Amino acid sequence: MTVLDSKIPEGPLAEKWSKHKATIKVVSPANKRKLDIIVVGTGLAGGSAAASLAEMGYNVKAFCYQDSGRRAHSIAAQGGINAAKNYQNDNDSIYRLFYDTIKGGDYRAREANVYRLAEVSGDIIDQCVAQGVPFAREYGGTLANRSFGGVLVSRTFYARGQTGQQLLLGAYSAMNRQIAKGTIKLYDRHEMLDIVKIDGKARGIIARDLVSGEVKRFGAHAVVIATGGYGNVFFLSTNAMGCNGGAAWQAYKNGAHFANPCFVQIHPTCIPVHGDQQSKLTLMSESLRNDGRVWVPKKKEDAVKLQKGEIGPNDIKDEDRDFYLERRYPSYGNLVPRDVASRAAKERCDAGFGVNNTGKAVFLDFKYAIDRLGEDTIRNRYGNLFQMYEKITDVNPYNEPMQIYPAIHYSMGGTWVDYNLMTSVPGLYAIGEANFSDHGANRLGASALMQGLADGYFVLPYTIGDYLANEIQVPRIDTNAKEFVAAEKSVSDRLHRLYDVKGDLSVDHFHKELGKIMWEYVGMARNEEGLKIAIKEIKALRKEFYKHVRIPGDFDAMNAELEKAGRVADFLELGELMAHDALDRNESCGGHYREESVTEEGEAKRDDDKFLYVSAWEYKGEDQDPELCKEELKYENIKLTQRSYK
Amino acid sequence: MADKILKELTLRVWRQKDAKSKGHFETYKVHNISQGSSFLEMLDILNEQLISENKEPVYFDHDCREGICGMCSLFINGRAHGPDKEVTTCQLHMRKFHEGETITIEPWRTGAFPVIKDLTVDRDAYEKIQQAGGYVSVNTGGVPDGNAIPIGTDDAEEAMDAAACIGCGACAATCKNGSAMLFVAAKVSQFAKLPQGKVEASRRAKAMVAKMDELGFGNCTNTGACEAECPKSISIQHIARMNREYLCAKLKD
Ligand SMILES: Cc1cc2nc3c(=O)[nH]c(=O)nc-3n(C[C@H](O)[C@H](O)[C@H](O)COP(=O)(O)OP(=O)(O)OC[C@H]3O[C@@H](n4cnc5c(N)ncnc54)[C@H](O)[C@@H]3O)c2cc1C
Ligand code: FES
Repeated sequence: MTVLDSKIPEGPLAEKWSKHKATIKVVSPANKRKLDIIVVGTGLAGGSAAASLAEMGYNVKAFCYQDSGRRAHSIAAQGGINAAKNYQNDNDSIYRLFYDTIKGGDYRAREANVYRLAEVSGDIIDQCVAQGVPFAREYGGTLANRSFGGVLVSRTFYARGQTGQQLLLGAYSAMNRQIAKGTIKLYDRHEMLDIVKIDGKARGIIARDLVSGEVKRFGAHAVVIATGGYGNVFFLSTNAMGCNGGAAWQAYKNGAHFANPCFVQIHPTCIPVHGDQQSKLTLMSESLRNDGRVWVPKKKEDAVKLQKGEIGPNDIKDEDRDFYLERRYPSYGNLVPRDVASRAAKERCDAGFGVNNTGKAVFLDFKYAIDRLGEDTIRNRYGNLFQMYEKITDVNPYNEPMQIYPAIHYSMGGTWVDYNLMTSVPGLYAIGEANFSDHGANRLGASALMQGLADGYFVLPYTIGDYLANEIQVPRIDTNAKEFVAAEKSVSDRLHRLYDVKGDLSVDHFHKELGKIMWEYVGMARNEEGLKIAIKEIKALRKEFYKHVRIPGDFDAMNAELEKAGRVADFLELGELMAHDALDRNESCGGHYREESVTEEGEAKRDDDKFLYVSAWEYKGEDQDPELCKEELKYENIKLTQRSYK
Repeated sequence: MADKILKELTLRVWRQKDAKSKGHFETYKVHNISQGSSFLEMLDILNEQLISENKEPVYFDHDCREGICGMCSLFINGRAHGPDKEVTTCQLHMRKFHEGETITIEPWRTGAFPVIKDLTVDRDAYEKIQQAGGYVSVNTGGVPDGNAIPIGTDDAEEAMDAAACIGCGACAATCKNGSAMLFVAAKVSQFAKLPQGKVEASRRAKAMVAKMDELGFGNCTNTGACEAECPKSISIQHIARMNREYLCAKLKD
């Protein structure tokens, strides 16, 4: 079994990063010009990394599958970004942000990585302000903050309900400046389909040009994966339609470990499913829980009437409303972390108190905040979210509470990386949502944007130098090398294997079937029996897929079905790995809830004696069971406690 | 609330094999569309139907499906992003259509955005305009504290109004002159409103406008169609602000 070395620097927690920076190698400007770096992904992580690396003098090749770098799914983040600035003077600090993130992650993240994240968080805000990101301001002209779930301070910076958009446009503008200078070459509408290794080191990628259909080779001295999360394995999620696990999956098949695949986040406040024509789910930002109160009826007969459409929410009197989060968790109330809020909603709906025709929805009510603060204030804070809600549901949330239900949102799991953000393949890095590093078993709101930008602006640009300093003698990578030829052929073969099935069922058919299995058995509540069924059913579905999938259109041309088929083929394997991981982890922690591991009060029960480790899975070949490698987690600065938000 | 079902719709869809081929309209029928579905979910159903008939599905751009990435486009019954106001095609819902309706679906039509397949166009021209100057020239690191530059709420809000642009292309596609003025102005105006961006404001305006002209976008004659069809309601006042920056730059020349 491979032993994973996390390369966490020695020394006191607060000094690790500065000492590490002081000791790692640096590449001279003249040598940087001779080094090529491939960055796959132009979201917050990839965009910020590509821009920073190019500014430093490296030659960057950036890739995205959309028609512009600005369209990466980071664009959809609404609520905000955390930073330990303590601008509100509420006694926030680097330590507190670190502590909240570790605790929020239910003690399954590395102390050293998380501390570094908190340490650079303030620099991110400064950087974004300097780029012209129009953050919300107080009347005095200083930066404004709001609160997010799972914390007791106000440290979230925001740009209306479009924080991700504005931060991404900042990174995108920095990239554009470098594209104009010729230091970044952007390959849009290109999808990475494999990694090329030479002598064990990552030396390039194979990508398909989505317009011409051509499969192409690209070489570099190092490869960075910044391809986002894999939530779409569930078919319905808050991710964009094209979000995929493909790049991370190819990394896995090339020897990079895949860590904690079963840790996915289910977001409590999404617009409920409307019917079987649904293609994706829309998030209503967590920031809404600052001012919205979550409730269902106290009386079952009221719930039944709501389900039948006989009464509306405003017909139910205050005393007949069950504000179940405030009831169960008096100290955090509506601002409990996401996993807790999601499970509480499911519990009420399973007990028959759901409020829409499917019985799978709860109310998020702004009446109380509007009474207290006035409609204008609420409009200022959430206007665009309310508009979005109304466009989708045809209900005006100023007059009637929103209906919400949990949905798959984020993947904490991802490619395993060490402290330098390098995967277990030398020269291959993973940043942003694509890696596993900072959020443990549950991510706090507004921390993904922070992590993506921390990785891209302030961590990777330094740590990658430590590796590249030893590569300065390596000439430009020759893409005629036999490894490139072989990788290109293997990609073409893989695509042909799909295209040539010429079966009778669409790609979406299989994706939806997979989604059903995942949601049923690998969703909000998991147990041994269900997970075993999931593994069996996914295997069977995969067989069917390769017998029955139908991909019309041309092979060597723009072909959306072929694109989707490749992604679903990966999901059909990744889903199984998630089930394996969930099966191994017989404890409840963060977003992972095993029905076998609960307290008497029905709260999740973590088991530190048995599971204080990162599960890093190693690929063992097609149809072979993967091998589990464990990275033990050591807590030297924080005392482990059962998380409580009561 | 359960949504109403539209039993039958007729779709006239632009089909075009690739950039070089000539396109044409094809007519299709779709059935049992829930009014709660989005327009793109309706197209998904059409595509499922085409696949089941072993025909090639319609290629259209889309990604986030929540109105923010700017990837989706489409002229629907002659209007960019269809009949609803302040929405992108992905947020347009079938409630806006009625039983038995014939819906005409075309790609963006403007010279600067050539069709590459079916309903998909090449918006690279917008990228080039941004690359010409849509940024503040700062490198990563070594910048002042975020609170060192106070910015009044009004300025921050106005900058945000402009920055809300999603780069979908509806403005240029709608404009009878094929002008990209609103798109360019949104960026120029966002930065001109902020002290960080002010420093380079004139240079930026000049460079972006020059690039726009070079790429074959038309002139702005202030008809305001762009503002009316912009899914993010970006105001044409930003064009006035850009013109000021542009004139300043020209005067200095
Ligand atoms: C609706 C929504 C709201 C959110 N709100 C918040 C919030 O308020 N605060 C917060 O902190 N976090 C939020 N998150 C989470 C956060 O937005 C994401 O985790 C984060 O933006 C991911 O950034 P990324 O750069 O890692 O990936 P992405 O932004 O997803 O970028 C992935 C990039 O990789 C490219 N790519 C993917 N696969 C390939 C391939 N095979 N080949 C080539 N290119 C590829 C894509 O084109 C894209 O450029 C939200 C997430 C969602 C979905
Ligand atoms: S698909 Fe993203 S804006 Fe429509």
